Amino acid sequence: MKFMMLLQSDESNSVTNGPEEEMLNAMGRYNEELIKAGVMLAGEGLHPTSEGVRLTYDGEDRTVVDGPFTESKELLAGYWLIDVASKEEAIEWAKRIPIPEGQVEVRQVFALEEFDQSNEYVQKEKVWREETGASRTA
Amino acid sequence: MAEPAASEAVGAARRAVEAVWRIESGRLIAALARVTGDVGMAEELAQDALVAALEQWPESGVPRNPGAWLTTVAKRRAVDQWRRQAAFGQRAAALAEELRTADAAAEVAAAASGPAPSAAASTAMAGAPLAVQTRPDLAVLQPIDDELLRLIFVACHPVLSQDARVALTLRLLGGLSAEQIARAFVVPTATMQQRIVRAKKSLAAAGVPFEVPERAEFPARLDSVLAVIYLVFNEGYAASSGDDWMRPELCREALRLGRVLAELLPREPEVHGLVALMEIQSSRLGARTTATGEPILLLEQDRSRWNQLLIRRGLAALARAERCQQARGGAAGSYQLQAAIAACHGRAVTADATDWARIAELYDQLARRVPSPVVELNRAVALSMARGPAVALVLVDALVAEGRLASYHLLPSVRADLLQKLGRTEEARAEFERAAALTGNERERALLRNRARSLGRD
Repeated sequence: MKFMMLLQSDESNSVTNGPEEEMLNAMGRYNEELIKAGVMLAGEGLHPTSEGVRLTYDGEDRTVVDGPFTESKELLAGYWLIDVASKEEAIEWAKRIPIPEGQVEVRQVFALEEFDQSNEYVQKEKVWREETGASRTA
Repeated sequence: MAEPAASEAVGAARRAVEAVWRIESGRLIAALARVTGDVGMAEELAQDALVAALEQWPESGVPRNPGAWLTTVAKRRAVDQWRRQAAFGQRAAALAEELRTADAAAEVAAAASGPAPSAAASTAMAGAPLAVQTRPDLAVLQPIDDELLRLIFVACHPVLSQDARVALTLRLLGGLSAEQIARAFVVPTATMQQRIVRAKKSLAAAGVPFEVPERAEFPARLDSVLAVIYLVFNEGYAASSGDDWMRPELCREALRLGRVLAELLPREPEVHGLVALMEIQSSRLGARTTATGEPILLLEQDRSRWNQLLIRRGLAALARAERCQQARGGAAGSYQLQAAIAACHGRAVTADATDWARIAELYDQLARRVPSPVVELNRAVALSMARGPAVALVLVDALVAEGRLASYHLLPSVRADLLQKLGRTEEARAEFERAAALTGNERERALLRNRARSLGRD
């Protein structure tokens, strides 16, 4: 099963505010653990929201707003994609993320095999995914 | 309603213990095997620690540093056991001293950083109260990589049969239960348990040292390790019999073991070659069957359903394999070559875009490296795509004449395909029937029968 560990944090703390050397090393050691356990598929940190934009969709209208975004605690600061045997294993890995503060959300990534393959609507959804080019995670 | 809440807590703790076990058991057993010099004893001690965790964590909560907790409990049990066996010598004394030092350090840390474990949990433990609730820093997770590597080599030791190596590797390094392994390999649990017990006894009886093999012995032993991992992968991928949910688990477990090994032996080209091969093959898992489970042949698969992340990872591992191989000199190994072939398919956006000339060339190299009739058969398929069915049929007919693949269903299946392309329909139909009769897989049989039938109607 694939899980995303979504690191959330407001931008005033050290987690997101540019990697200090100590933090960089701690994260580096943590990533090394994930790699050596054979579970790490991907993982990156995100630049601060001051460099990002946010798009709002309303019918044909698209509104683009420059960062920074002011919400606290719910800004995505980085992510890991890991391949583990259970939700509990994902949680166990998440517990080991060496951050002094912040919040991590653990979310399972859908796999096509998870759906009931004989279900008519699952098949329709598959066709829809093909047609719209939505991401597939077989 | 205290009851259901309590049992829920027990269930949650149990799942948490299992998760910790999966992450920590390989390293735990490796560390214990170094201390005890005996894989069987190491596994028993680790199991004891697991049981203690299952008993205590529901009540005390999962410790902040579960790996260290398990290690301390297991080492303490080792000391107890040696004391009882009167084999109490330098080894036990050294280990006991190590534990005292660790406890002292841990107590300081625990006092500084948080609540001690509950009294009930502490006194239930043999020996002194356990105080390893340290901050979840990664210091205790620091590399004991060499020990893990030794454990892999011991589990894949040549004194064991291939079956035993597979069982022991999954048991010691995958943290899978005998029951899970048995289910995956479609044998009774008792059979698998016996296989594991016998394997551990054989290692002890043979006095197998807990070590990475000597330089001269290394390549052959590494080959055996890679073969075991690939065998596990193929058991999951090819589903030669049975139809169990555990089988995709085997693919993932093999891939995980391969990735672990790649980090332990970063300079070995064939390790990266095998990982590349498994990543790329895994990328197709979701596209290999229809909604109702019928197999879909490689060239007919919907490539938009291939997992691009795994393909990218596979290509990166292949590049790593090639860099290592070039740094070392010499010819490409068989896993690297097979990965390169898989990569040709992975890179092709459509089936028509496949670089068959390159694939045929890679099969040439592979046939020279590991000559086998199966490789020859695949070479024939590649040649038929690159240069037409007539050239390929000559190779296939030679294989038929040789008679070594007489019971292999893909030989008549490939021959049928070539005959069909050459317009020899009647012969093709007979060959599809022959192939259907030879396969052990129901779904494949149905597919082959269908192809035969469709030719009959012409």
